[in-house]
Amino acid sequence: MAARSKSGRSTGADGAPALIGRLFRTEAGRLIAHFTRRFGPSQLDLAEEVVQDALVQALQLWPYRGVPRNPTGWLYRVACNRALDVLRRRSAFGARAAEIARALARDRDDADRPDRRERRLRAVEDDELAMVLMCCHPSLTREAQVTLSLKTVCGLSVGEIARALLCDERSVAQRLVRAKRRIRARRVSFEMPAGRALAARVESAVDVIYLLFNEGYAASSGDDIVRADLCREALRLGLRLADAPAVATPRVHALVALMALHAARAPARRDSAGDLVLLEDQDRSAWDRDLLALGFEHLQRSMNGPAVTPLHLQAAIAATHASAPTADATDWRTILELYDELVAVEPSPVARLNRAVAVAKVHGPRAGLAALSPLARERALARYYLLPAVRGDLLARAGDVENARRAYRLALSRPCSNPERRFLESRLRRIVRTSA
Amino acid sequence: MPKFMLLLHDPPKAFGGLSPDEMQKIVQKYVAWGRALKAKRLLAASHKLSADAGRIMRRQRGRTLVSDGPYAESKELLGGYFIVKARSYEEAETCASDCPHLDYGGTIEIRQIDGR
Repeated sequence: MAARSKSGRSTGADGAPALIGRLFRTEAGRLIAHFTRRFGPSQLDLAEEVVQDALVQALQLWPYRGVPRNPTGWLYRVACNRALDVLRRRSAFGARAAEIARALARDRDDADRPDRRERRLRAVEDDELAMVLMCCHPSLTREAQVTLSLKTVCGLSVGEIARALLCDERSVAQRLVRAKRRIRARRVSFEMPAGRALAARVESAVDVIYLLFNEGYAASSGDDIVRADLCREALRLGLRLADAPAVATPRVHALVALMALHAARAPARRDSAGDLVLLEDQDRSAWDRDLLALGFEHLQRSMNGPAVTPLHLQAAIAATHASAPTADATDWRTILELYDELVAVEPSPVARLNRAVAVAKVHGPRAGLAALSPLARERALARYYLLPAVRGDLLARAGDVENARRAYRLALSRPCSNPERRFLESRLRRIVRTSA
Repeated sequence: MPKFMLLLHDPPKAFGGLSPDEMQKIVQKYVAWGRALKAKRLLAASHKLSADAGRIMRRQRGRTLVSDGPYAESKELLGGYFIVKARSYEEAETCASDCPHLDYGGTIEIRQIDGR
């Protein structure tokens, strides 16, 4: 039997099913979404409890019995049974209890019926999408939206969220408690909003997903593996939006394009020693072809409308890099034009820093340095090692060895990860050597 | 070949507060361990026992007494068992030595099945 990733199952050499990918994590998110639909958002805790319980049962049984033939169906059935138990014991549901019980019994019957599998999968995808949008309810702060999405939709634990977002577990837990309290107080609905409310919710969801991706991609410190997971989860959620016609706006496609094109380069961003490899030095054959294709596909689809958002421009920049067969063949003029547009609509310090690099590529290091100099006054970049690092690079290219060295030392005095530190040190050594 | 029972006693509060991802990794380790035994044709059976305490029956002065199992009060619960084929206790120990149960604070009791 061939490996089947869609069902989360593949078969090992002995013909027995094996777990693949992030089955538990993905299913946890989907199941929490499903039971939140059944119980209502005010009972989100209960939905989480039911799902955790089903996973614990798998954890206790599967070591002895092996992985069932249909692990997702098994988890679904066990969680439905657990939900029915809970329903019988709690009075919180009042008159709704009987109706919820009927729905849960129907769900459970679906779990193992192959003829209802498609229907179940479609329903689960709807649940997941509704959950993403619920987490982006306008009554929640951006921070709460991000944290709640990671907990419920992505199936991360409080500890994992804390490691991913570089904050302590207690504040993550507090954020979750507050968010759930807010959901109850505002009687937030699980149904998808309509019209402008839906549009606004989708905008928020794009922002949340973009933030998740950046958290993962920046990897300035912290647990690299958890951060790589963030990128994967962000891409998965982005695709969930992009696959749903009701919410797949051009900006959603631009987001997916941007994430896929960046994620495609991830395998080439580190060498075998774990050191950073600059874009221009990367082995382009190591880029992930499937992700590149996905990125270009969604970039195409992002152009179905008049809107040109910053995400569109960033995706176009990433696509221009990705289309270059070698670093020397990079179309820097196009990239600079795109950065000019980007800075015009969103003059963020980081966008301006990146634009300065493009300026230097097109007009030489002195022009790049001129574009860079106003950024020295930006408070947002005061602790950002990349500003002096870029300056050092441009100064070295311009032949100003003394100041280049000074800039690299300044970069080294700012917070950065160990691979980044090693990278800066090797740059600094090279300048010292070439000038000696 | 003689058979041995590996009785897996779970640690108290086993696996509390784990993330889905962590749970999946643990399941995968157990499954891989069981598979390796199976591949070497050393695994005869494995069963999980239900998580309740079970029942204990005894007869006292003609009356049959039934009570909750021995694990109701104790910290460790007998989670389940594997039956492995081995020539000696030493070989059975080798089978059990890389069982992930030991990594998670559980204990493994090994008993030979009397094959006479």
